Amino acid sequence: MAQFSLPGIKISGLAAAVPSHKEFTADYKWIAVKERESLIKNIGVESRRVATKGTTTSDLCVEAAGKLLDDLHWDRSEVELLIFVSQSRDYLVPTTACIVQDRLGLPHSCVAMDIGLGCSGYVYGLSVAGSMMQSGTIKKALLMVGDISTLTTCYRDKSTYPLFGDVGTVTALEYDINAPKIHFNLQTDGSGYKALIIQDGGARNVMSRESFNIKKVGPGIYRSHLHLELDGIEVFNFTLREVVPNIKKLLAGTGESLAAINYVVFHQANRLINETLRKMLKLEVEKVPYSIREFGNTSGASVPLTMIVSLKEQLESGKQKLLLSAFGVGLSWGSAIIETDRICIPDLIEVA
Amino acid sequence: MNIEEFIKHIEAEFDDLKPGILKADSNFREAFEWNSINALILIAMVKTEYDVTLTADDLIKSKTVSDIYTLIETRKS
Repeated sequence: MAQFSLPGIKISGLAAAVPSHKEFTADYKWIAVKERESLIKNIGVESRRVATKGTTTSDLCVEAAGKLLDDLHWDRSEVELLIFVSQSRDYLVPTTACIVQDRLGLPHSCVAMDIGLGCSGYVYGLSVAGSMMQSGTIKKALLMVGDISTLTTCYRDKSTYPLFGDVGTVTALEYDINAPKIHFNLQTDGSGYKALIIQDGGARNVMSRESFNIKKVGPGIYRSHLHLELDGIEVFNFTLREVVPNIKKLLAGTGESLAAINYVVFHQANRLINETLRKMLKLEVEKVPYSIREFGNTSGASVPLTMIVSLKEQLESGKQKLLLSAFGVGLSWGSAIIETDRICIPDLIEVA
Repeated sequence: MNIEEFIKHIEAEFDDLKPGILKADSNFREAFEWNSINALILIAMVKTEYDVTLTADDLIKSKTVSDIYTLIETRKS
């Protein structure tokens, strides 16, 4: 069972950068006005940030990291771990984290690597970074989590295009023997790998001329094999089946109770999924912050983005106990309980 | 549980549905606009109220309100 606790890891800072360009669901002309209204009401996305062509996830993460390092007054030569969690890398080869190490001016003694996870990425990234810091020799680390999902959604696919938004986040972690333990429960079920997939362009289906053909898949759904496919009902049922038991096991294993948790931050899948999870766990509305209305589903970055845009004041001013829960593509999911104490959070950065 | 209560739950979820119109033998695809979002709303309601999971296949094979209700009843017991 992948349930474990990591001592000595302090979350010192959190920052996010988004593209300045906004798209509104109300203007999404591919579907009828009434359907747009239903999308806004049920899926919960009013607007999303969309990156201009050529802007990468790492560009956004580097902007956010630069600002955060300045605000924290961290000496860049002390950052010896950089993890980049994303499904939209700069290149197929090499690893994006290597490029970012150099761009940020981090030392050659820095460990840098990518993790190719989406929705569940933040919780996974925290667990990997926290594990690598256990020896206490790596004192400072940056965890970057982000995606430019709009690159791979087809405008004529109403099941994906109006859902996803772009963002890059960075979390600054410090080794601190006084930091409370972070508790994790991580899970995987790869039998559902087709529920969220880009068919072509990897080694399984090498990109070909046919990869570009856009075909009708259903009402309002046209796409090619280079576009992201989303089986909404499959993902919905997976979430409702797995997330609550995962959280309950984490709570039982650590002796924590939901009552003692200040906020439960869910991956921003869609409003309907998240509200159903909230009701299943009998959580008060005030305990469950959202960012989906303004930013859409921002993949792995949705947990830190929600913390930044909805809980900035609470996280900056005092101690908070949070339960983070993220789930999706893989299928991969996990939850974590973190206790924070005055996190440094610069204002949201907009990148032209 | 009974089917009247199930119909009330459906009516509560869909604003366009005027109370009293939906019957046990109504074709749910005609009673309210049937699209993927409404399918998710129905699945979410059934999960929250009855703790039963409806799959895409279940919905494809069902025609009337009572078809779905029967599915829920069988899976609950």
